[in-house]
Amino acid sequence: MKAAETVTAQQQSVQHDGDVVLARQMGRQMAMALGFSKPDQALIATAISELARNIVNYASHGTVDAQPVSDGRDTGLHVVVSDRGPGIDDIEAAMTDGFSTGRSLGLGLPGTKRIVDEFDIQSTPGKGVTVTIIKWKHR
Amino acid sequence: MAVRVPILRQGSHLIASIQEELSDSDILNLQSRILDEVVKRQADGVIIDVGALDVIDSFGTRTLAEIASAVQLRGAKMVIVGIQPEVALSMVLLGLTLETVPTMLDLDAGIAELNGAAR
Ligand SMILES: Nc1ncnc2c1ncn2[C@@H]1O[C@H](COP(=O)(O)OP(=O)(O)OP(=O)(O)O)[C@@H](O)[C@H]1O
Ligand SMILES: [Mg+2]
Repeated sequence: MKAAETVTAQQQSVQHDGDVVLARQMGRQMAMALGFSKPDQALIATAISELARNIVNYASHGTVDAQPVSDGRDTGLHVVVSDRGPGIDDIEAAMTDGFSTGRSLGLGLPGTKRIVDEFDIQSTPGKGVTVTIIKWKHR
Repeated sequence: MAVRVPILRQGSHLIASIQEELSDSDILNLQSRILDEVVKRQADGVIIDVGALDVIDSFGTRTLAEIASAVQLRGAKMVIVGIQPEVALSMVLLGLTLETVPTMLDLDAGIAELNGAAR
């Protein structure tokens, strides 16, 4: 596959709700360029949408960084969604279906984990949240 | 850059046909305009065509369900048409359901559903 070499890393800053749309479009376009299937493109866009919205709702501003990755056998899209907001006190609770401090569905984080291949969340209370996800093309 | 979704009248129904990706505030704007129109036009049915949406995430799902229940409170029925298959798949995997709102394949099926349900 040539695709992985021609797709370059991209960043979208996230502050307003319009940026959530831009961030997920960026992810979808990169996924398309990398040859991900249509369902996978939708899953990547949805994951970015959830994580970027959490920035707008809980942290005021942050960034979405996406880049192609390869493990020698497979190509993936690696996305880091990061903010310097208040952070999450209890990550285990936040990762539970239905837990929300925003009177919402509480599905954003646990749902995102379900639709990607690799998911990591780091938070230092008072210093922000960084979520790293990878979606591989063939798994 | 606000997107204003056209809301058309067809007989006693309203049809909101989403043409492009919507931000959260665009969706909230659509919500209040639909509810205003239902009352003003005394509509008995509302169809939202979401065929242009590449993503329906937790906010979108929650708001669509809220619009449907508010439309019901105003005495009308709502259906959603045109959900793309990969969008439907993402919603299911994320854990989202729209079980309180009938979803139909396309506009014709949506209109038939509203007419069939009209008493
Ligand atoms: N970037 C963040 N900064 C601070 N707190 C966060 C952040 N992201 C999530 N949280 C906390 O984790 C909780 C769970 O997040 P999650 O996205 O799963 O649900 P939600 O945003 O409340 O609802 P939904 O995403 O279903 O609309 C949030 O209610 C919030 O308290
Ligand atoms: Mg969320």
